[in-house]
Amino acid sequence: MRWSRRCGRRRCGSMPTSADPGSGATGKGADAGLAALYQERILDHYRRPRHKGTLDRATGVHGVKNPLCGDDVTVAVLMRDDIVVEARYTGTGCSIMQATASMLMGLVHGRARGEIETLARRFDAMLTSGTADAALGELDALAGVATFKARHKCARLPWQALLRALADGGR
Amino acid sequence: MSAGGTGFRDLRSDFPLLAASPELVYLDSAATSQKPRAVLNAIREYYATANANPHRGAYKLSGAATDAYHGARREIARFLGAADPDTLIFTRGTTESMNLLATAWGLTHVHRGDRVVVTRLEHHANFVTWQQLARAVGAEFRICELTPDGQVDLDQLRLLVTANTRVVAFGHVSNALGTINDVREIVRIAHAIGAVAFCDGAQGAPHLRVGFEQLGVDAYAFSGHKMLGPMGIGGVIVRRRILDAMHPYQFGGDMIEFVFDGDSTWNVLPHKFEAGTPNVEGAVGLAAAVRYLDALGMDAVRAHEVTLTRYAMEQLATIEGLHLFGPASAEARSGVVSFTLGDIHPHDLSTMLDVDGICVRAGHHCAQPLMRALHVTSTVRASFYVYNTAEDVDALVASLRKAQVRFHAHVG
Repeated sequence: MRWSRRCGRRRCGSMPTSADPGSGATGKGADAGLAALYQERILDHYRRPRHKGTLDRATGVHGVKNPLCGDDVTVAVLMRDDIVVEARYTGTGCSIMQATASMLMGLVHGRARGEIETLARRFDAMLTSGTADAALGELDALAGVATFKARHKCARLPWQALLRALADGGR
Repeated sequence: MSAGGTGFRDLRSDFPLLAASPELVYLDSAATSQKPRAVLNAIREYYATANANPHRGAYKLSGAATDAYHGARREIARFLGAADPDTLIFTRGTTESMNLLATAWGLTHVHRGDRVVVTRLEHHANFVTWQQLARAVGAEFRICELTPDGQVDLDQLRLLVTANTRVVAFGHVSNALGTINDVREIVRIAHAIGAVAFCDGAQGAPHLRVGFEQLGVDAYAFSGHKMLGPMGIGGVIVRRRILDAMHPYQFGGDMIEFVFDGDSTWNVLPHKFEAGTPNVEGAVGLAAAVRYLDALGMDAVRAHEVTLTRYAMEQLATIEGLHLFGPASAEARSGVVSFTLGDIHPHDLSTMLDVDGICVRAGHHCAQPLMRALHVTSTVRASFYVYNTAEDVDALVASLRKAQVRFHAHVG
């Protein structure tokens, strides 16, 4: 890890507001990286979550917990003929986890299990590459997480719960 | 140059990592400290001039390694105020030290129906070890709760430590809140009914003058890497009569005296508890670290941290929505401030601080039982050490304000 010269004391740069997914998480462009991570769409889903709640007639329910931070998310799905008819989540956690869960429930609506598993692989690939993937719908906003390795787990948590819930529901 | 009026010169130039990263604001010394050049040089010097397997060879070089290892033991024992260096057992750190005590002492001294007492402040290393010992032998495991400002409730402790209590295991200083415990009083309470008092000093030894003999504890565990030394070395000082009554922790080379086909006898202290080739590099590095701390003076180290902590507490109090956990006065804590900021999740906050080059810990601080009692899942913790300055506090506060604006500008 390299850091630029200590300038007098602290913060030479200003705080850009536009998203710049190509920038790194440290040094120059760090604020742009932060803007990409906490862009408006993510914070909006965090504050006004969609598809939050439980399902009475769920065919699959699964909860996972991140022991490092105590965050937890439970996903409930209603499947009919291998298609997700309804998906909801409950849980507590950081903005990245909550926003991912909120967007993800919308994404999987009306899709087949196999298709969702393919999207899960594409989401993982996006976290590695940092390149937004339009196939992921609103979730392409999470591409900015790529440069923050410590936060990958936050974005993956709702996916883990979903895939397990789908496996339960498929039985 | 004085560092923010606390009386220390700016020590960053002594620490190669900090000197090479002028923008870095390292506020996670409770997790691990940075290392001064003197420590790095001592390790290099040992390998360049004295490396051999200690205690083994009859040749001079092995003797040099043996001398380096036991010379380090004497220096570290003196630094911690232990009169008998042979009762300082080297381990990998506090975690291994507590496991050593719970296993080698606990399994033979704690029985079904006995009681084991810890406090709500404990790090998992000093909580889970005793919890599991109690489960293994069928003893009762009791947790002493805290007063509202995060101190061990000594009145409750007096009630909890009953005649069947065998051990009171407690931290010198809380890693999560910085609370400095009243060690002597806890020892008095334990000894009054004949229980032993084992102290987890992982967060005490780096920041306070320990004075093992004056504290009166029966064992004091510490980690080298939190006190400017290398990772992988630490130890525990234990009263000789307790060590003599203990079965070995691990078996192997060095710790034996005679090995017969059917049984074996054990080497004298400290070797009885140090099986296998020891971490000489670690011991030599830690000795260099305590020399560095001695040169600064532990009273000056403490004064520096109190000044910084008081300043940090004053500055943090000016941030709206910031909730600070732990004792209300800087004098009652070591250099730790643990807090939450409004409804911003600690992990979101630490990412935003990280982008400004500020290293803090966000999480449960290996103290899940404490987090439950505080009704939080995690907090942000900033912790100070000798190389931190008032400017580091200013950078933290400025970055927190910036994070607050960013988060609430979008979502408020």
